Amino acid sequence: MSDQAIVEKLKAKFSSEILDVVEFRGETTVTMKKEQIVDICTFMRDDFGYNLLCDLCGVDYLGKSPRFMVVYNLYNISTKQRIRIKAPVEEQDANIDTVSTVWGTANWHERECWDLMGIKFNNHPDLRRILMPADWEGHPLRKDYPLQGPDREPYQGRLS
Amino acid sequence: MGVEQSKTLGSGFVTTSLDKLVNWSRASSMWPLTFGLACCAIEMMATGAARFDLDRMGILFRASPRQADVIIIAGTVTKKMVPVIQTVYEQMPEPKYVIAMGACASSGGIFDTYSTVQGVDEFLPVDVYIPGCPPRPEGLLYGLMKLQDKIRAERNTFGAAIGVGDVIHNKA
Repeated sequence: MSDQAIVEKLKAKFSSEILDVVEFRGETTVTMKKEQIVDICTFMRDDFGYNLLCDLCGVDYLGKSPRFMVVYNLYNISTKQRIRIKAPVEEQDANIDTVSTVWGTANWHERECWDLMGIKFNNHPDLRRILMPADWEGHPLRKDYPLQGPDREPYQGRLS
Repeated sequence: MGVEQSKTLGSGFVTTSLDKLVNWSRASSMWPLTFGLACCAIEMMATGAARFDLDRMGILFRASPRQADVIIIAGTVTKKMVPVIQTVYEQMPEPKYVIAMGACASSGGIFDTYSTVQGVDEFLPVDVYIPGCPPRPEGLLYGLMKLQDKIRAERNTFGAAIGVGDVIHNKA
């Protein structure tokens, strides 16, 4: 099934959820509202065979509203097709439902996203930090996090 | 004059100082801990392997901190790794020495970030710093020889170990 056909079916089933569809260099990206993300992902897996979640990550568009975007890169192993789904998440009480019930691999990806971006995943079975030490404060991949850490003076450029 | 020419090489006695004997044995059998953190560990392995061959200097890598005299911090130290290194270091018996191998272990190197320790001397007493990114095996060998010089220049190490006085650190 072509990407266009998949997008058409997605539009038919979740017409009120779709915010944007972009095709660029053969890559299709569908931006959807976050409320029904679990249903959308289940639909993608069961009806179109996207049985592998390649990556789940957060993007910080600091200064824009909504600030965050959670990106799902899906892959269909049998047809070797890819598709990308994005869901905007607002800064205030950043949260989105977990898709670890759809793809098991999302469990650790969502932990990483929580650790570094500070996006909460509702109903996640084990939402702990995964990369940073357990007692770390803050989420270092956010654009407003100081590169050298909050306890150091920021780099001012070369002195000479 | 009543002193007969000896037919053998001595008769089982050597006169030397205790410091010299102890330092000779310590400097000739520095056992580093097998402990690599990043790409410097590759150079450390190369130094230990056949071409450069640390064994010929009595330097044998030990897989347990209980048997090690030296810890070579070979690579980038993240803040998450600090408690692990401290535990390992504290498990080593005295006397123990620390070599900071490479730019990262010495100063944080190119990783001037929130997650990286800016030099292992923030929490360990470093004896030798080896520059390089990573240092060549010759560099590590030179650093180890510098540490041997430092050990040889120490005084009263044995006395300090049995509770008589303190170690005197002379300049190598």
